[in-house]
Amino acid sequence: MDLSSISPTLLLASLIVAATPILLAALGELVVERAGVLNLGVEGMMITGAICGFAIAVNTGSPALGFVMAAVGGAALALLFALLTQVALANQVASGLALTLFGLGLSALLGQGYVGIKPPPTGKLDIPMLSDLPFLGRVVFGHDLMVYIALALVAAVWATLKYTRAGLILRAVGENHDAAHALGYKVVRVRILAILFGGACAGLGGAYISLVRVPQWTDGMTAGAGWIALALVVFASWKAGRVLLGAWLFGGITVLQLNLQAAGAAIPVEYLSMSPYLITILVLVIMSADKSRAPASLGRTFHASQ
Amino acid sequence: MLKLEKRPQPSRAWTYLTPVLAVVVTMLAGGALFAMLGNDPVEAIRTIFWEPLFGEFASYYRPQLLVKAGPLILIAIGLSLGFRAGIWNIGAEGQYIIGAITGAAVGLAFYPVDLWVIFPLMILAGALGGWVWAMIPGLLKVRFGTNEILVSLMLVYVAEQLLAKMALGLLRNPEGRGFPGSRNLQQYPAAHNAEIITGTGMHWGVVAAFIAVIFAYVLLSRHILGHQIQLAGQAPRAARFAGVNPARLTLICLGLSGALAGMAGMFEVSGPAGQISIDFNVGYGFTAIIVAFLGRLHPVGIALAGLLMALTYIGGEIAELNLSLPAAAIQMFQGMLLFFLLAVDVLTNYRVRLRTAEVA
Repeated sequence: MDLSSISPTLLLASLIVAATPILLAALGELVVERAGVLNLGVEGMMITGAICGFAIAVNTGSPALGFVMAAVGGAALALLFALLTQVALANQVASGLALTLFGLGLSALLGQGYVGIKPPPTGKLDIPMLSDLPFLGRVVFGHDLMVYIALALVAAVWATLKYTRAGLILRAVGENHDAAHALGYKVVRVRILAILFGGACAGLGGAYISLVRVPQWTDGMTAGAGWIALALVVFASWKAGRVLLGAWLFGGITVLQLNLQAAGAAIPVEYLSMSPYLITILVLVIMSADKSRAPASLGRTFHASQ
Repeated sequence: MLKLEKRPQPSRAWTYLTPVLAVVVTMLAGGALFAMLGNDPVEAIRTIFWEPLFGEFASYYRPQLLVKAGPLILIAIGLSLGFRAGIWNIGAEGQYIIGAITGAAVGLAFYPVDLWVIFPLMILAGALGGWVWAMIPGLLKVRFGTNEILVSLMLVYVAEQLLAKMALGLLRNPEGRGFPGSRNLQQYPAAHNAEIITGTGMHWGVVAAFIAVIFAYVLLSRHILGHQIQLAGQAPRAARFAGVNPARLTLICLGLSGALAGMAGMFEVSGPAGQISIDFNVGYGFTAIIVAFLGRLHPVGIALAGLLMALTYIGGEIAELNLSLPAAAIQMFQGMLLFFLLAVDVLTNYRVRLRTAEVA
């Protein structure tokens, strides 16, 4: 094994790239769960976003438009979930699973003609001077715009939840929907909006995988990223700032194991590929000791008659 | 304006009608989907639902019905017990893979000895493998309160990697000229899960599935454990007062579903699939979730739903062959079925009323 071939600069730079998809998806899911809804369909929305973004970017030549349509695609799928759980009052766990199974099928169908095509490159942010800095230039300033949008989104979600009236209402709906309803807040409307936001974020995350991270289209390419994003929300104790921390941790593990594979580590490739999932389980175990942080109405169906 | 009014009791009639309604709506929506893909919708639906049973080559396809329904029913029966109690084992696919690995490993270890005891031992090993894999989320939930949905799902990806490792390493056929994949168990009579009656598709896995249906039916309607499972799902607090031990129930439900999924994997690998290969699993563990819900979590319903899902698999293959309908379309079709089922299910628990103008 040749560890010297692993460059810390590149490692950190690719860590941030690897963390962005799960960061976006987890951030969306965080808002959804703070509104009291458990959407297990993140994987399905991500893969749908991945193919929507990919197809649009390839056909129009514009990655930016691709990302926009990925968000729309993710939100469209989330709308189905919203209709099922908020209007038809279906079980959230089952509906989320249905969303994932449906999304995987839908994306495979849409993606048929796109296997083996290279998408148009997403431009890197090139700030004169800053991007040329020896270490920081590569790690901090050398990424594409989506990385910074994701980071800005973390700050925005954090500030909205903590300081604004809208954030307060959202949290009230998630903590006690009956009380929120009694106060005159539109529980169902708030939840539908939160679900749509979650879908759009998951779609963006998926498109980041197919347009930047990989970049190409293969069936089922999200490979459990949506589920890791769900675990990340638990890991973050439903706090936006900690989602960022968690995403970097998982990004770091993913990148490190890939680098170890490339460096020809003595550990077989299959065991290295397992490691992100095993570590997710480990983290879940550690974090699940404290259940008090979960929104109190999480996963419960709301109907005004009850 | 339409308004939903909660029924005091879930409607019995709708309980039976909703799956049928969901299938009909899925056929309509699926037809629209196939039409968009440039196929004749009527022809496509007919190919999927009619051709395997009564078409020209039906005698070839009919046995496939049992071959495909067997594992689906076996897994779904296990899942339904947990789902009823509010214990969500989503990782049946992983338990299925592990069961296949352990089952096949026992069989391969005896190669080429010819003893009748080998096959029963393989069944045990398969069940044990699946059970162990399901015990991981079970014990973590009981001990640490870890979410069993996420853990069981993560373990699917771990199991897939393990399968790749086994197919390329430990279980690889020593006479396979370096190709990945184990020895073909179909050519090893003592370990082969052969057809019991030729030309019917009936193998031991199908027998096990039917035994599981009967077992689950008796358990749910006659045994105290079945009562506790239903109580824990419908009224967790009441269950607590009635002395139901939630930890014990979690372990039993996860363990049973894991063991059944593991057995299904073992029957598949020693019969229809034949060998451990990198991608011998085709997602039965996930489709079984749809089967469980479509069957209303009721053993008999699951048996029927399993047969219907098997039909869409076979019909999908025919449609792929004859109409060049993409395989993904069938996957989406199956996903849609669960969607519509959940949507029309609202009619079971709620009554739709026309809202007259309200006076405050």
